[in-house]
Amino acid sequence: MADSAGVSMDEVLRVAELANLDLTADEVPRMQRDLNAILGHIAQLNELDTAGVPAMAQVGEMLGAEIESTGASLRADAERVSLGRAAVMVAAPETDGRFFKVPKVIER
Amino acid sequence: MELGGMTIDSVRAAVASGKTTATAIAEEHYGRIAAEDGPDGKGINSFLALSRERAMAQAAKIDAMAAKGDALGPLAGVPVGIKDVLTMKGSPATASSLILKGYMPPYDATAVTRLEAAGAVLLGKLNCDEFAMGSSNENSAYGPVRNPRALDRVPGGSSGGSAAAVAAGFAVASLGSDTGGSIRQPAAFCGVVGVLPTYGRVSRYGLIAFASSLDRVGPFATNVRDAATMLGVLAGQDAKDATSSDRPVGDYVGALEKPVKGLRIGVPAEYFGEGLDAEIRAAIEHTLDGLRSAGCEVKTIALPHTKYAIPVYYVIATAEASANLARFDGVRFGLRAAADKAGAQTLSEMYRETRDQGFGAEVKRRILLGTYVLSAGYYDAYYRKAQQVRTLLTRDFLAAFAEVDAIVAPITPTPPWKLGEKTADPLQMYLEDIYSVAASLAGICAMSVPCGETAAGLPIGVQIMGRHFNEETMLRVGLAIETAQR
Repeated sequence: MADSAGVSMDEVLRVAELANLDLTADEVPRMQRDLNAILGHIAQLNELDTAGVPAMAQVGEMLGAEIESTGASLRADAERVSLGRAAVMVAAPETDGRFFKVPKVIER
Repeated sequence: MELGGMTIDSVRAAVASGKTTATAIAEEHYGRIAAEDGPDGKGINSFLALSRERAMAQAAKIDAMAAKGDALGPLAGVPVGIKDVLTMKGSPATASSLILKGYMPPYDATAVTRLEAAGAVLLGKLNCDEFAMGSSNENSAYGPVRNPRALDRVPGGSSGGSAAAVAAGFAVASLGSDTGGSIRQPAAFCGVVGVLPTYGRVSRYGLIAFASSLDRVGPFATNVRDAATMLGVLAGQDAKDATSSDRPVGDYVGALEKPVKGLRIGVPAEYFGEGLDAEIRAAIEHTLDGLRSAGCEVKTIALPHTKYAIPVYYVIATAEASANLARFDGVRFGLRAAADKAGAQTLSEMYRETRDQGFGAEVKRRILLGTYVLSAGYYDAYYRKAQQVRTLLTRDFLAAFAEVDAIVAPITPTPPWKLGEKTADPLQMYLEDIYSVAASLAGICAMSVPCGETAAGLPIGVQIMGRHFNEETMLRVGLAIETAQR
């Protein structure tokens, strides 16, 4: 799991980039310290042999619920009234009333 | 009626009989909030926004029904507060974050709709840790909540405002959310009852998502009977939440009539190890004596993977959070960081600057951790491993519930600590969740009930865990514990 070197400063920056987070210069070492402390604690999971143990993503699968494959439990695929566009767009930071407006997408 | 001494049944009866009105009760509660809940550093700081117009319209409606002698809902006239991670039309929904400051959601959460349909008067939105991430309510962008039982101490988290508002008599009941202990732990810290329903029992439509395989909505109240009434109103399938269960809803209040004699109570040895406060241990042992006297069979059980619950939780919860919180990017709602003076902001710069300005340190920390454990090369080592150990933890509970009807254990290792005492070290704060996260991971129901006080007068809570979808037995044990206190 966690190698002895732990998470490097570069890895913190790389993960921040993946997460679309800007970190200030003083946040980076603090996050590095915290991530290493937490990952160090998480490393105790390695004590357990989990070979052959299924991964649990949801509670239902542990209660013997069968995976629905026939579609019998699905609701009818019918049109239903949804929130009005105006009610939603009014909360947007920038909109022309029909679309969300965003800064330039293509960067070159 | 005296504020703070009100219960759901006493409010409903008083309104139905004409002894008082829902309007007068709402005004009394708003008066107390105005006097004691200020965000000025002296008050409790539990409410972030009041929904006075909506509350008074509902109160007038209930009063008109009472005057006509119409049948009233189970929560008629009852003042209720809503944790700010649930949407309520007409009120801001901030999740205690700057990134959603001023956001007005266009719809009601299903839990909110159900409460109002049952007659509840919704007073406003309650402070919490930002995006429900925290164990002390100190991660709110709008200031910490103070514990009504000891103003220099934390109320617990993340639903600290929901617990404090009920403890302070600002509301008769409230809604919270619990992902890893966020209802049960603040209930214990503030001396009120908090219920974590089984995963799937209560709709999450309108809950701002933190970790979707763990998030649940549940009630706070001053007593077990009120909590059962609230759960009865909230529970049930919802077409708007595909994870809500179609299992029939129990008669939670009716179940309280059944005695606990003959119930088998499991006590997990792993929950009484090093680190458990001596006064809490003594209070829980006293509680177990009370259950024995009531005719329960109390026996020691094993939940052998308990020590792995915190590491599993902080992998799974942060992984899911990193995905859920990707939606806060300055495009559809909430904050958008302004372009700098050059005005040459690109889309990805806008995303990053918005999230940098909008998210607090704990949210950033969890997004980073979650992104890390899901990233290429680490997914199997962390995320998949944690999911496998989650299976083992859940199997522990399924095996235990083959032998016992309910499990009784501590919910917090310590009494409420002082504001600011643990904020410097996130890992130490995470370790406070040791007794709460396992029930969250397994999806079982659990609740916290007051069971005494420390010598210094701080509240102590005890946790009761029940089988999946067997809230009735859990509530019966809760009532027996509550009754033994009196």
